[in-house]
Amino acid sequence: MFESLGNLIAYQWLGLSPASHLGAAAQFFVMDVTKIFVLLVVVIYIMGLLRALLSPEKVREFVRGKPKWLARTLAILLGAVTPFCSCSSVPLFIGFVEAGIPLGVTFSFLIASPMINEVAAVILVGLLGWKLATLYILSGLAVAYVGGMIMERFRPERWVEEYVWKIHMGEMQRAEPDTSLAGRHHYAWHEVREIVGRIWKWVIIGIAVGALFHGFVPETWVSEHLGGKDNWWSVPAAVLLGVPLYSNATGVIPIAEAMLGKGVALGTVLALMMSIAALSLPEMLILRKVIKWPALALYASVLAVAFTLVGWGFNLIS
Amino acid sequence: MKNIKVLGSGCANCKTTYKLIEEIAAEKGVDVELEKIEDIGQIMSFGVMSTPGVVIDDKVVHAGGVPDRKTIGAWLD
Repeated sequence: MFESLGNLIAYQWLGLSPASHLGAAAQFFVMDVTKIFVLLVVVIYIMGLLRALLSPEKVREFVRGKPKWLARTLAILLGAVTPFCSCSSVPLFIGFVEAGIPLGVTFSFLIASPMINEVAAVILVGLLGWKLATLYILSGLAVAYVGGMIMERFRPERWVEEYVWKIHMGEMQRAEPDTSLAGRHHYAWHEVREIVGRIWKWVIIGIAVGALFHGFVPETWVSEHLGGKDNWWSVPAAVLLGVPLYSNATGVIPIAEAMLGKGVALGTVLALMMSIAALSLPEMLILRKVIKWPALALYASVLAVAFTLVGWGFNLIS
Repeated sequence: MKNIKVLGSGCANCKTTYKLIEEIAAEKGVDVELEKIEDIGQIMSFGVMSTPGVVIDDKVVHAGGVPDRKTIGAWLD
């Protein structure tokens, strides 16, 4: 349906040729914009109706006081279904520390949350299919689990800013939510506007980059320069490329779609996706308010190494 | 008179929320005492982890994201 809409607009209304670079890019753009935004609205609305969107406050309640393995498992799973805005990472970090949640578990949450979320998961399935969606999600969860464990080995407590330990968090006196059908609809629709309003720029940029790649980058160029899976350096290069680039997890998917279509190796694409979504300079600088430079550097290195290993691993077996 | 606190450490959404409440209160002609709480320690003392948060008479009525006009209107009635 979205494909024929893309064909209709790009080839018939705009009169572009399917064989031209511009035509291919325009068709990809229209197809992905309509598909992704329809999926976004539907998924967020349904989650909102069910009031299934978790808040960091609830995650904190679930995780606190649990044995470490369970705390970590819960933190990454809940991190994956919490629509989390990087602007909240400071209060979130402090809140977790204050609840006595181990730092390693908090890091696991911070890794999982931007990389995986239920909205991105549905769009992954829609654009790349079940198999790739599962691979991405499972490797993301694994990186978050192991990454947090490794961080813990370095005793990151010594790098937490002093004032963080002194903050006391109050009990939230929250007003009762309206659970009537009208109230649920109102809430769900507000969530749609709030989340789409926050991420649409990243999604459009992602689709545009994907469309340009799809339309203008020839397959022969990909195989010569980005190399097949035998080219060992393409994975670390993809991870490095992701550091200055930032996008929401949803925005990365169309780029991955275009790259896979042109024959870029699977591991390389996964490493790039994870790096763009979870390893980004501006995001990390926000965390500087609560942890000192050595901890930030360690966090970045652990993630970079983990993504590289994931990429190499998939290139080896695929 | 209602005391309204907007919790948030200076992010764009927090400023928008503050302005919206100010605007709607003026439209309705409701007198409110509006405050900005930017200190992270104070924000957390309300139990809020996702900003912006809105506190009316010491009750958290909202956390995370800009509230919509209709919701704000209901708080002021």
